[in-house]
Amino acid sequence: MPLNRKIAYIDLSTGSIETKPIPLEIRKKFLGGRGLDAYLLYNHTKKGCDPLGPDNTLLVSGGILTATCASATARTHVMAKSPLTGLLGSANMGGFFAPEMAWAGFHHLVIKGKAKHPVYIYIHNGEIEIRDARDLWGLSVTETQWAIREELGDQEVKSMVCGPAGENLVRFANVMTGIKNSGGRTGMGCVMGSKNLKAVAARGTMDIDIAHPAEALEFNKRFIDQITSAKVNQTQGTLGTPFIWGATNSWGGIRCRNFQYNQCEYADDIEPERIDEICEETMGPYHMTGCFGCQVHCRAQYKIPEGPYAGRYDEGPEYTSQGAFGGEPDTPRAVTVLTGNHLVDQFGMDNLETGSLISWAMELYELGIIDSKQTDGLDLRFGNDEAVLEMIERICYRKGWLGDTLADGGIAASKKIGKNSFDYLIHVKGMSNLHSDERATPALALNIALSSRGSDHLRSRPAIDLYHLPEEVLRKIYSSPVPYDGPLSSEHTEYIGKAWQVFWQENCYMAVDCLGICKYHTTFLGATLPNFEDWPKVLYYNTGIEMTPKEIWDVAERCNNIERLFNLREGLKKDDPEKGDVLNHRYHDEPTKRGAPDVVGRVIDKKKFLEMRAEIYEHKGWDENGVPTPETLKRLGIDKEPSHLL
Amino acid sequence: MAKVLQINYQKCTGCRLCELVCAVAHDGKSNPARSRIKVMKWEAEGLYVPMSCNHCQDAPCMNACPVKAIYRDEELGRVMVDYDVCIGCRTCVAVCPFGAMSYNTKDKKVFKCDFCDGDPQCVRFCEVQAIEYVDAEEVSIEKKREAAERLSVAGKEAAVLFGQL
Repeated sequence: MPLNRKIAYIDLSTGSIETKPIPLEIRKKFLGGRGLDAYLLYNHTKKGCDPLGPDNTLLVSGGILTATCASATARTHVMAKSPLTGLLGSANMGGFFAPEMAWAGFHHLVIKGKAKHPVYIYIHNGEIEIRDARDLWGLSVTETQWAIREELGDQEVKSMVCGPAGENLVRFANVMTGIKNSGGRTGMGCVMGSKNLKAVAARGTMDIDIAHPAEALEFNKRFIDQITSAKVNQTQGTLGTPFIWGATNSWGGIRCRNFQYNQCEYADDIEPERIDEICEETMGPYHMTGCFGCQVHCRAQYKIPEGPYAGRYDEGPEYTSQGAFGGEPDTPRAVTVLTGNHLVDQFGMDNLETGSLISWAMELYELGIIDSKQTDGLDLRFGNDEAVLEMIERICYRKGWLGDTLADGGIAASKKIGKNSFDYLIHVKGMSNLHSDERATPALALNIALSSRGSDHLRSRPAIDLYHLPEEVLRKIYSSPVPYDGPLSSEHTEYIGKAWQVFWQENCYMAVDCLGICKYHTTFLGATLPNFEDWPKVLYYNTGIEMTPKEIWDVAERCNNIERLFNLREGLKKDDPEKGDVLNHRYHDEPTKRGAPDVVGRVIDKKKFLEMRAEIYEHKGWDENGVPTPETLKRLGIDKEPSHLL
Repeated sequence: MAKVLQINYQKCTGCRLCELVCAVAHDGKSNPARSRIKVMKWEAEGLYVPMSCNHCQDAPCMNACPVKAIYRDEELGRVMVDYDVCIGCRTCVAVCPFGAMSYNTKDKKVFKCDFCDGDPQCVRFCEVQAIEYVDAEEVSIEKKREAAERLSVAGKEAAVLFGQL
């Protein structure tokens, strides 16, 4: 049974390893992946613990459907207290790692303590050992993975690693697997580095029984047809995520020059079609690649066409890298995007946070808040390609005053830089915003302000807002599995009904993260994609667990509330500019300058925003301070947490 | 008409869904180690090559089998194992030049592709059509067309260059 996969408690300080089954009762309450991680984090991390100390608990997991016959369920989830925000740290990545860990017999790892010297964890068919990694320290992301394969003499080993950025305790270092799969955001690679944990390697050939194989296979086929018939996924499968950048930039929904503009003027060379051309020129006509069992294959393959890294292979440059190293710093050349993408992949560093902080520093430089002494002579003007690439490396290796400063993340850096630098930091809860401008889309603005891990486009984002769908379509989506007859609006610039949409999507994405499915396989960018109604079947055929759509919704709500409890315990206050559910003042004060007519001149109305926020608190069953009420906790069965049932 | 699996590795996205559905369809278990098809990968170069049984005419596994447990099923043009006869000596695993015959340590049996009795699941689930189930006679016609196209383009370019001289 998929449910036989175990949980392992590993203490790197003492070397002790303990394994336990996961009780069915806990499964039904939290499913797996992000949800069960949140429960484990809340139970196993002490209030106020140092994110870089041995007490921080690092969780690694697969979703409950991972490695079953359900398609696109390869997501690996990683959780800990974040060294970037001091709140919830949480990252999710595709690739091949979580399924391999499942075939090796494990579903969740709880990693505590700190090793005396660099080590890696090797999981193989039910066995776990801690091995010496002193020779691996300093290696890049792929070098580490290949070295582990060499050492173990098995080319099929999959490793989740931290790169040099994690070793150097860059606060937004990623965990990475394969060439490109990034557990980005909130610095989970930094937590690995702080524990002297270079990698977790897995290799397994253990069976996972499928509860109803014939039905699971047939349903999977139907599921795939539904997913690949969506136009949005067909486009992703040919152009990759850059197509989103092309669309968003054209109407004026991106950030350019650190939020000064919302459209990139000279962007021909970084348009998706141009990136696709380079991929085709360097990799041939079939240059898309996919994660385990996925038919969307949204990742392009490329070789850097010119410059000092010419000929290097990488994957991506997805939407985020385009914004981080193209749109945001306003560098007009594709090769900069491709090279920047390659550098952060090899360093194991969050592309979004890196690009966003560099662009922030660029604005500070142009405003004279920092000068060339602080940049060690680097001319940090917008549009300076070489400066962007140089800064990526300086941050990873903490080189120079500014490199070292930015490596600690935006809030810490703003304190060190001083003056009014904080005013220009586009963040929520200390995590930089995606290169997107939400001033014309109040729903998306509310989404980033409320996200449990800080500014985030993968926690809620009702992005189908932008399609102006007929209201009855919206009602069909948003009235199930919980009836909703309140207002809904298909106008993306509206405020009414948006709180419910954000609430619904938040539960939808939590469910997806618990199941282990990729977000492109749910109502994210396409209205016809599967959601609550479809998941009970896929869950039943694969695992035998019977649940209704409403019960899955309840799991999602429960897990979202546990994440909230964790954040509140670590000091979240709703109006705190550093840790609260708020937006940078520029969202409210500076009208957008470029783009489509319904975008230009927009700001987020502060009063309406606060009304929306109050409304979503109510939907969630939280009080006016954003704290879950005792009734809500009781209703969701988490009023006795931390329970340490597991 | 006998059909064969035609693999175009260039189209493969490396997702390995073929491995998963193969294992589930045959054994009811999710486990790529049970799969009859296996995607070999060179991740650092972005190269993925699905490997499966070629159901060779002069099949080494069949020739080498000391108890004659391996036979050709003419109807589907496939090479099959008769488990009532097989002694599990793994000679076939040793002699297959493609690694297409495997040994399952759990069931203690050799196993190989059987075309899913005429409806190969790897083909059915491969949306990019890196694996196709085609008439044996047709297997090279598309390749001929592509090669001819390359030649004709080269020919045209050469003609233009010649004209410029």
